[in-house]
Amino acid sequence: MNETSPHAQISPTPRPDGEREKLLEIWATPKGWRLPTAVNNTVIGLLYLGAAFVFFVLAGILALVMRTQLAVPDNDLVSQDLYNQLFTVHGTTMMFLFAVPAVEALGVLLLPQMLAARDLPFPRLSAFAVWAYIVGGTVFFSTIFYDLAPRGGWFMYPPMTLTEYSPGDAADFWLLGIGFIEISAIAGAIEIIVGVLRTRPPGMSLDKLPIFGWAMLIFAGMIVVAFPAVILATMLLEIERAFGWPFFSPDGGGDPLLWQHLFWFFGHPEVYIIFLPAAGLVSMIVPTIARAPLVGHNLIVVALIATGFFSFGLWVHHMFTTGIPSLSLAFFSAASMAVAVPSGIQIFSWIATLASRTKKLRLTTPALFVLGMLFIFTLGGLTGVMVAMVPFNWQAHDTYFIVAHLHYVLIGGMVFPLFATFYYWAPMVSSRLLSDTLGKWTFWLMFIGLNVAFLPMHLAGLLGMPRRIWTYPDTLPWDGYNLVSTIGAYMIAAGVLVFIIDLIRNFRIGESSNPNPWDAGTLEFLPQDVYSTRSIPKVDSLYPLWDRPELAEEVEAGAHYLPDAPTGGRETIVTSPISATPQYVVQMPGPGWMHFFAAVFTAACFLLLTVKVVTPAIICGVLAVVCCLVWVWTIDKGPDAGPVEIGGGLRLPVYVTGPMAHGWWAMIVLMLVAGSLYLAYVFSYLYLWTSSPEGWELGAAMLPDAGSPMLSAGLFALAVALYVLARWALPEPGGNNLVTPALVILGACALTGGVVNEVWSHWQAGLRPTDSSYGAMVYMAGVLTAQLVAVIVIMSLFVCVRQMAGKIDQVRCAGLENTSLLVYYTFAQALVGLLIVHGIPHVAAS
Amino acid sequence: MNCGRARMAGILILAALAAGCASEQSAFSGEGVESARTLMLTWILFAGGALILALVCGLTALALFGGSARRTLSSERLVVVGGIVFPAVVLTVLLFYGYALLGAGAATGAAADSPLRITVEGNRWWWRVTYHTPDGDFDTANELRIPVGEPVALELTSADVIHSFWVPAYAGKIDMIPGRTNTLTLEASRPGLRRGQCAEYCGGPHAFMSFYVEALDAEAFTDWLASERGDAVVGDHPGADAFRRAGCGACHAVRGTDASGRVGPDLTHVGSRHSLGAGLLANEKGDFRAWIERHQELKPENLMPEMATLDEADIDSLASYLAALK
Repeated sequence: MNETSPHAQISPTPRPDGEREKLLEIWATPKGWRLPTAVNNTVIGLLYLGAAFVFFVLAGILALVMRTQLAVPDNDLVSQDLYNQLFTVHGTTMMFLFAVPAVEALGVLLLPQMLAARDLPFPRLSAFAVWAYIVGGTVFFSTIFYDLAPRGGWFMYPPMTLTEYSPGDAADFWLLGIGFIEISAIAGAIEIIVGVLRTRPPGMSLDKLPIFGWAMLIFAGMIVVAFPAVILATMLLEIERAFGWPFFSPDGGGDPLLWQHLFWFFGHPEVYIIFLPAAGLVSMIVPTIARAPLVGHNLIVVALIATGFFSFGLWVHHMFTTGIPSLSLAFFSAASMAVAVPSGIQIFSWIATLASRTKKLRLTTPALFVLGMLFIFTLGGLTGVMVAMVPFNWQAHDTYFIVAHLHYVLIGGMVFPLFATFYYWAPMVSSRLLSDTLGKWTFWLMFIGLNVAFLPMHLAGLLGMPRRIWTYPDTLPWDGYNLVSTIGAYMIAAGVLVFIIDLIRNFRIGESSNPNPWDAGTLEFLPQDVYSTRSIPKVDSLYPLWDRPELAEEVEAGAHYLPDAPTGGRETIVTSPISATPQYVVQMPGPGWMHFFAAVFTAACFLLLTVKVVTPAIICGVLAVVCCLVWVWTIDKGPDAGPVEIGGGLRLPVYVTGPMAHGWWAMIVLMLVAGSLYLAYVFSYLYLWTSSPEGWELGAAMLPDAGSPMLSAGLFALAVALYVLARWALPEPGGNNLVTPALVILGACALTGGVVNEVWSHWQAGLRPTDSSYGAMVYMAGVLTAQLVAVIVIMSLFVCVRQMAGKIDQVRCAGLENTSLLVYYTFAQALVGLLIVHGIPHVAAS
Repeated sequence: MNCGRARMAGILILAALAAGCASEQSAFSGEGVESARTLMLTWILFAGGALILALVCGLTALALFGGSARRTLSSERLVVVGGIVFPAVVLTVLLFYGYALLGAGAATGAAADSPLRITVEGNRWWWRVTYHTPDGDFDTANELRIPVGEPVALELTSADVIHSFWVPAYAGKIDMIPGRTNTLTLEASRPGLRRGQCAEYCGGPHAFMSFYVEALDAEAFTDWLASERGDAVVGDHPGADAFRRAGCGACHAVRGTDASGRVGPDLTHVGSRHSLGAGLLANEKGDFRAWIERHQELKPENLMPEMATLDEADIDSLASYLAALK
């Protein structure tokens, strides 16, 4: 209706009295001791970002201790054992507790504002992820104070991390702690994917999505594919440590290189997982510096997608020195260089955008950090091309050259954009801007400090200094370089200290009187309050605030969509994934305790398992599940409120199921996560088969008869049929019956029977998981399917109870629908598993 | 950001400094066939990288401060040329140069035909070196001697965790992975004594896992090989008794005596080596003393037990015995 006349009002103004007050009340942030119940993205996002920054400072302090130790040769300031813990915790904290959470926090904090959504679609899920991360991360970090920290380096290569060489619990802290934090990252990624695809404002079709939205979408997609590989790796290593299943130990047919493949299949994309969102932020800031649209917007989108794609073909460049065949070397060397092209596109696009400015240049603090990033990241990228050259890599690998390279890339590619972000987006959450003077001090100290610290390391590395050594003799010419590096490290620290002083002096949570101090063009600079924007704007360009200067006023007056709260609770508009056509109004949960307790108990369960206090761990695990069930009980509010008016003559339903529902999308993403995990398993199975085929030849003789896998397959198929029937047998709204619960329970039993039959038949045939890598892999297939079945059993029982409580019927059936989706996926995974486990040994033996 | 030229000059000066003080463990010395080839590549990469960095800095400076001249940079053409065409061309050329080097490296694999084979096994935290000669195999530790001008194929394995064998002066590193055997070819261009170090973090005293490689003229090498293959030549040394009583032979071998342990390094000619404790100490009598008395302090977590049962006189005679095992 307003395509023809952009100034037409979508909602009539002036708005009725009390409407804003109602919004303020609905979206009010819990105060005081109730703060942990808060779920709104600005509160959670700030908490998330604050926690990540604290870990950045803590891990930075560890780095200072290490730099002090290395300042002079033959130093004994810290012991060898402490130093080995220091670099392990420094690397692990920076990668897992700072970098990934920080960019995910920026997604939680900035995305809904950029999309002018009231909140992310699953507020309690992100709150859960944040609390789980804070509790788990704090315990992991504190191990350094109790001499309990792992000593394996942040990539924890076995066999060194197997029980034989790393007895005690320290390595388990890494495995369980990190595995757990990865799960929290995946929860965040699901939230971000569904948020970007389904909660964009009306009219913001994908071609009008800000670059940061693209970056976060690709970031989350990469997490979905990459993180399961390392989750599988940590599962395998933990199982080998605890139960002796030989996945990595060569004595039992395992292979230490399997860990490296799985780890770097995650680890290299991880670098781009960190870099892409930061690059996305730069692509948002540069147009504002220039006050001109980004040059080559579409090329940048293609570059981001290409980076995500290429990054999965690079992992072997971390393994060039492991003696892999030269054909692989050639392939991965080429792929490693190809990834430089998308980075080049972005750098030149930023330069072109800066050149295209029409107004006077303002070198504000965010601009300085962006320019610093341009220099540092370019240098780091160039040394990256160097190490992609195999012969050079053989010299540089595992030396201080690599230490220098990775710090240039990560600090240039992520930390500098983050600091630019702090200064640039402060007005979104703080009533005062940060100081430009202190900001410039921070910048110059960090910029000069970084180059002083890391430039000499390139040379120290080529002069023969390996990484991860706690001291070095004075007979080698490394002392001067190290002293300079140490001075640089203290300069960086001084810069961070000035920033903290700036935060203390100027950062005040609250609404800014001047929401758009930089004259930026994107929606996050609209006037904001706890409910996000007063009304949700209709968007028709990439820079709506530049193209329609009156938009801020209109939105604040409530003249756009959803200026009120028609269902009386928290809600936002769900739009279609491509064209952003409004589809329905999602009712969202408000503050609550259950996600918080679920997070605390989940963290407690993992950490108690780490120190092998099994019974309390199980109790905490059960409590965590109970909390989750209580939490989701209230979420499915049903279609009671009926279609509501959101403005512009649009009446939208408040409840949908099937492919239109945001919950359905989350379930699909979760299935992709499970699928990635299983693909990593299939890769591991085939890898160990080629690495020790003897086990598979022997294994063929120990396979159960073909009837057994047929029986399991039949039971899985039966389960699918039962869940389909259960959906069909649901009562009309208001009705009730026991057919659906009965079918669901039978279905869950069929699934359980299928798994038990499969595992039992191998046990009967005499195969043991501890015998060989073959046996371990056979049982691992069972473990992976069994964990899905366990989840399905819990979900099915929950569905039965809800059905009997009258909360599931033909219309209101999201709970059953999501359970069924997982059943279909499990069926597919189990069939693939049966084919592999019962098929490959025949191939191997023939 | 008119940093371009200054940076480049800075890098070149630093690089020249680095090359100037190339020491016994430096990739800048290029004293092997492979390391010299890689050093050439290194200089090309450094120079090319510095040029590109200067170019990016220059363009950025132009975009920021270039007045109306900056307009030439403001189109999508810059993105296509600078971000796609330029890197694609440069990287393709570089890639094929890299492939050519890889191919050249493979050619030296002909060393597999050489009558001399050497196995190096990484142990926590020392190196077992086994020479396979036509006259039989023998062990030594923490030190290799190789003939100048001859490619020598090293078979690299590990007894426990992953280590990495690296002598930067002669060649790049290759990992030592339990359950696998990797091959590295060393060819020294001139005689000399060069230091190497474990490059893959292997826990505990990883920092103290070094070794020496000495490249010898053909004649000197033949002489050394003959004497190294032989048994220990100390005769009836009083320290031999202390060695026996302290139970050293359970872990260490001294060929020609009844000490035949294989847990720790072979000590048959330990007195003639360039270092003690895998590159940690020099190799004088005083160093042996220090090692016996304080090895857990000097190299924490190493797997040798404390020698608490020895008295002062025992330690002294043991040290002089070991130093005499030439």
